[in-house]
Amino acid sequence: MSITEPEARAYEPVIGLEIHVQLKTRTKMFCGCALSFGEEPNTRTCPICLGHPGTLPVANAEAVHFALMIAMAFECDIAPRSIFHRKNYFYPDLPKGYQISQYDMPLARNGRLGDVRIHRVHLEEDAAKLVHAGASGRIHGAQTSVVDFNRGGTPLVEIVTEPDLRSPAAAAEFGRLLQATLRRMGVSDVNMEEGSLRLDANVSIRPAGEATLGTKTELKNMNSFRFLERGLSAEIARQEELVRGGGEVEQETLHYDPQSGGLTALRTKEEAHDYRYFPEPDLVPIAPTEAMLERARAALPELPAARAERFERELELPGDTARLLSFRSELGDFFEEAIEAGDGDARSVANWVTNELPARIGGADPADTGVEPAALARLVAMVEAKEVSRSAAQEVLDVLVADGGDPRAVVDAKGLSRADTGELAEIVERAIASNQDAVDKVRAGKAQAIGAIVGAVMRETKGRADGGEVQRMIRERIGS
Amino acid sequence: MTDLLSLNAAAQAGLMRNGELSPREAFDFWRARAEEDELGAYLWVAEAAPEDVGDLPPVAVKDLFCVEGVPSTAGSRILEGYRPPYTATSVRNLQSAGAAVLGKTNQDEFAMGSSNENSGYGPVQNPWDRSRVPGGSSGGSAAAVAAGAAPWAIGTDTGGSIRQPAALCGIVGLKPTYGAVSRYGMIAFASSLDQCGPLTRDVTDAALLFRHLVGRDRCDSTSVEYPEPVRLPSAERLDGLSFGVWGLEEEGLDRAVADVIRGTLGTIEELGGAVEEIELPSARQGIAAYYVIAPAEASANLARYDGVRYGPRSGDGDLDAMYEQTRHDGFGDEVKRRIMIGTYALSSGYYEAYYGTAQKVRTRIAEDFRAAFKAVDFVVTPTSPTVAFELGERTADPLAMYLSDYFTVPMSLAGIAAVSIPAGLCDGLPVGLQIAGPAFSESRVLDAAHALEKAIGFEGVPRA
Ligand SMILES: [Zn+2]
Repeated sequence: MSITEPEARAYEPVIGLEIHVQLKTRTKMFCGCALSFGEEPNTRTCPICLGHPGTLPVANAEAVHFALMIAMAFECDIAPRSIFHRKNYFYPDLPKGYQISQYDMPLARNGRLGDVRIHRVHLEEDAAKLVHAGASGRIHGAQTSVVDFNRGGTPLVEIVTEPDLRSPAAAAEFGRLLQATLRRMGVSDVNMEEGSLRLDANVSIRPAGEATLGTKTELKNMNSFRFLERGLSAEIARQEELVRGGGEVEQETLHYDPQSGGLTALRTKEEAHDYRYFPEPDLVPIAPTEAMLERARAALPELPAARAERFERELELPGDTARLLSFRSELGDFFEEAIEAGDGDARSVANWVTNELPARIGGADPADTGVEPAALARLVAMVEAKEVSRSAAQEVLDVLVADGGDPRAVVDAKGLSRADTGELAEIVERAIASNQDAVDKVRAGKAQAIGAIVGAVMRETKGRADGGEVQRMIRERIGS
Repeated sequence: MTDLLSLNAAAQAGLMRNGELSPREAFDFWRARAEEDELGAYLWVAEAAPEDVGDLPPVAVKDLFCVEGVPSTAGSRILEGYRPPYTATSVRNLQSAGAAVLGKTNQDEFAMGSSNENSGYGPVQNPWDRSRVPGGSSGGSAAAVAAGAAPWAIGTDTGGSIRQPAALCGIVGLKPTYGAVSRYGMIAFASSLDQCGPLTRDVTDAALLFRHLVGRDRCDSTSVEYPEPVRLPSAERLDGLSFGVWGLEEEGLDRAVADVIRGTLGTIEELGGAVEEIELPSARQGIAAYYVIAPAEASANLARYDGVRYGPRSGDGDLDAMYEQTRHDGFGDEVKRRIMIGTYALSSGYYEAYYGTAQKVRTRIAEDFRAAFKAVDFVVTPTSPTVAFELGERTADPLAMYLSDYFTVPMSLAGIAAVSIPAGLCDGLPVGLQIAGPAFSESRVLDAAHALEKAIGFEGVPRA
């Protein structure tokens, strides 16, 4: 084979996601138990969610409300009448021997989020949690297994996308948008590590440009977007290698191990299910009334995609900044309040909110810290008016985050107000006089030698002087 | 004390309200009667009256109703020793109306059967002839009421499980409209068909007990508010009412039973009612549809009995072996048969042919009744094709057993109201007449039944 031969055929991945979201309702999907957040095992249970004889499920109205909100956020067609089905299988995490889910008449279909089409949205109940003692960590071969029914019966919304994603990065980016959207709506904690957001991916490859779909494999339970991206990349690479080697992809379910980076097939026995779906006779259909739909519509906040678009369009923020402010809606809210306060240019304020603020508060909500949106806006305005240098303002922000207060008062108290030009001129004069060496070098064309003089000025002014202005004054004075 | 055996429950309640009968004495009387039962009707009898015993006679409760702290096994070994942590809504309604739980009555395992021979705890004998079955699945409730071992009782009817034993024991049994009584706390057999109702000595008692059972329950999504107050029956005439007769020519109907029913039709006309023959074209497929739908639902309803959370657990080793051994030991043959039928009917590739078709038949039967009730006020049929059969006679022939519900299953599939009342005797054994009306027509059905009951003058089990 010569290196001048055309590249081997290019393949294109085709990815679809199946997403499970635990809803943040007050109570479980079909009983009155409060949702569990790490309580002692089996303390959030009742005869209904333990599957005692004679008990019956009753659908949680708040879960239906949240599911309708989600369907609307994704611009789905909401079914005028949807029904629950029983999905039958034996497993100790399923106390009734069946999961109540939705099957061929889901709550909603045909939606869209960003440029990905949503195939369907439906409601179901979560299974209990199994803990296996023993080497395998799985039920087969475990010495003992115990069940914690606290999670059993938690409301879940299942969201299935069309196979519209074309790269692992796009899948992860879509996942982030979905997470930001649901978080903004307040319907779920959407925390992947805690399992309130779970992702499965279907992936196949096909020769680039072709319309047919290849055989797909399923990647189960990726618990971060990073792992989703890596797992998909590994699986796409595996499929490509297989196909290039003349092999064929087999339909199977795979588990991605983030530690080893390896993919392992789940035992086929575990997936060879006939779930024997049939309509759940204990529940009545969900037939959303106009009032229910109106209530769901009214509860929808502005969603991240729309908000980012508005920030770009109306406030002329750069795309990345707008997206960050929308995906972290608490930053977006803080930003909008700061703008509302009237001081400071939107782009500058956005810059401070997306850079300086997170550098100090990490992932926390700024509302939980000392700094008020109006205070930050005033601080940014002071920087713009050159009343305070950028570096001094950063020091002020440290104080505001820790203790709150008014930026001007902090500036006065710490003596951080910008040195006035008369005073500064004198300092510059002194610095030039005592750094004659550097002056000569600058004049000889070594531009970076100016740093020594600037440094001397900054030291003298304790950072109150604006670095740019100091440079300008020095250059004027030494005529370079 | 008054001879309580000679009084219906309503009369006893009247005495209690007037202060002429102490509720505690009444309870003790019936408790002693229940203790003395030799028919196998009871699986558990209350030790003493509750603190707050009210002024309704105590009620015998089919074993599948969950009663907090009281053995509730649905007649199955797989729930042996199970004492529920909660009480069924229907039972709670009766308790708060003043009727204490007298005991738990024997039944076919998980209500699957028509002779009570499928109980995991032994059969029940028919008080009219102890070599015969009491019918089923609410056989214990029917036998106890007929034998005077309970003033009244509740049972459940899925395809005839109240009406058929009531007929075979010569008492009144009402299967209410689906949704009229909460199913919460009733150990499920077939959820879309199961309905709780009274088994009583007469029609008045049935109405009184039914009145305290109905109502929407927030714990049962399929329950509804009963549209009107339940009236106690008072009619003595049937003037202006029309009765559509179905089934007298059906193959399998015992000729002597048919003759008793024909006699009753004459009584209807004497009371001023009009009788005409009607056709329910799809009703003949009722049994076939029923024996797909009910087992299908049962196969899922009974999946929870896995030995993990309650009930006996058998087998060691791995999980699947434990499941298999527990279910092997805990379930009886008929239950296993129906789980297999239901599992098969729902399997991929067979679902449409079986479950789908059965649902279509069910819809047609409901349409048949809707059409019939445009022409007539009530539909009347024999309740059971035969009188009580010998113990053991049909145990080897499931199909013959299934046909016991031939006349009762269509009403269950349609979800409508139907009552069985004693029509007379045939060879010394009771024959039941079934009167069915549209959904929520119980007050009218019971009124008509009352007029007929008065005219027929049926007397209960001859007492020594
Ligand atoms: Zn619960």
